[in-house]
Amino acid sequence: MRLHPTVYAAAGLLVFLGIWEAVPASGLIQSSLLPPPSELPKAFMREFRSGLWAQYVGLSLNHYILGFLVGAGLGTMLGVITGMSVRLEWSLAWVVRLLRPIPNLAWAPFAIIWFGVDQANAIFIISIGVFWIAFFAALGAVHGVDRDLIEVADAFGFRSAPERLFKVLLPAATPGILIGLRTALGQAWMAVVAAELSGVSGLGSRMMQASSLLATDIVVVYMLTMAALYGIMDAGFMLLQGKLLKWKP
Amino acid sequence: MEAMISSPRIIHIEDLGLAFEQDGRRTEVLRGLDLDICAGEFIAIVGASGVGKSTLLRVLMDLAKPTTGRVTITPDPNAERPMAMVFQDARLLPWRRVLSNVMFGLEKTSLSKSERVTRATEALKLVGLAEMAARWPHQLSGGQRQRVALARALAVRPSILLMDEPFSALDVATRENLQDELIRIRAETGRTILFVTHDIDEAVYMADKVVALGGKPGVVRSNRKIDVPRPRRRGSIALAEIAQDVRIDITADHRDPDFVI
Repeated sequence: MRLHPTVYAAAGLLVFLGIWEAVPASGLIQSSLLPPPSELPKAFMREFRSGLWAQYVGLSLNHYILGFLVGAGLGTMLGVITGMSVRLEWSLAWVVRLLRPIPNLAWAPFAIIWFGVDQANAIFIISIGVFWIAFFAALGAVHGVDRDLIEVADAFGFRSAPERLFKVLLPAATPGILIGLRTALGQAWMAVVAAELSGVSGLGSRMMQASSLLATDIVVVYMLTMAALYGIMDAGFMLLQGKLLKWKP
Repeated sequence: MEAMISSPRIIHIEDLGLAFEQDGRRTEVLRGLDLDICAGEFIAIVGASGVGKSTLLRVLMDLAKPTTGRVTITPDPNAERPMAMVFQDARLLPWRRVLSNVMFGLEKTSLSKSERVTRATEALKLVGLAEMAARWPHQLSGGQRQRVALARALAVRPSILLMDEPFSALDVATRENLQDELIRIRAETGRTILFVTHDIDEAVYMADKVVALGGKPGVVRSNRKIDVPRPRRRGSIALAEIAQDVRIDITADHRDPDFVI
């Protein structure tokens, strides 16, 4: 008998939590090294009542949203423009190869020199990670636009770059651009933690602080917080994508 | 409307040639092509694939640049755009609903949004798809998509309608149905039509004149007036005989002194 997929999903999650609970309970690993899930609500309430949770989540969300918007906005824009101009693409070929492999955390020293231990520091580092994902997705999406549709725009007199962009390229490239943005949505959370390790206040700095005090339950609370925030955003993104791509079969 | 001797010349093509280079090799697609087309004529251009039929349309539409020669287009001053084109595959924009696809070309004009809607709805009615206005292109059949493409071209009220093998990807029943529809629409709108096809029977059934291209590079082998009164009967002996003549025009290499193997 085949049950509803949700039943399987719930069962899988329960088994996972069960094993997680059993391992520290059995004494195999100390519960201070791996806090069992049953202790987490308590830890969460402690953190929540003190107001720290809301404060750090608020700071990190601020970094996340601004970093994502800046990185995704600039990356998509530059990717689309580069996709439209072969000359620009040739010109940027080695600039991209030079900058692309640098991990966003490697920018941390410069981020500190340029922005100090400040919100802008974290936003900068997050936006670099998002930028490349958005850039390559947009570039590939514009390259993949059906030449025949561009010819239709030409045939009906839409021959200037802005006309081509808004009449054909952008709508046709939207599915590909959105795939990149969805990847970036997840990637940006990793960048948030990494960026905040350098001292900018947020989830990441709070997790480092907690782990140095061996408050592993607090660390897990923030890990799950991030998972929940990502889940909500990804679901929201899927709704938006469904609206934007309702023309897709 | 039969072609009239008195109607003004709308397209004048003189010594048209087109060649392109690829991997250091020069390929000549068209050479020394002369052709005159009068306003209101329904011209079919036939020839084997690779003879440059589509290239000729692309040159007229300014989608390809000729290497030699001159093309002079004198559109009807009352028409809003000189030309509009229907491609072999409908090429609808998948992110636009049917009505919005038909409005596409109108966005180049100064018409207001409500005027564009009115105009596009009229064009959809003309092709018999008014009730499909709110559909997405992927919800249509191949024949319906091609009708929408035709409506999109007609909506801009072009002086000349260019059609590049528009029905060749359709099944026989749909194709014949659309052929008759086009003949009706042409009678209603009086547009000049340049219809490229490799189907000679389709050409002689529909057109006032059939221009046969042949050779490599392509040249005009013949330009025959189809003196068969309308409505025509598909597969009638008169049409079959003309079709046979056209077939010979296309295949007989010796008819063209320029053509040397």
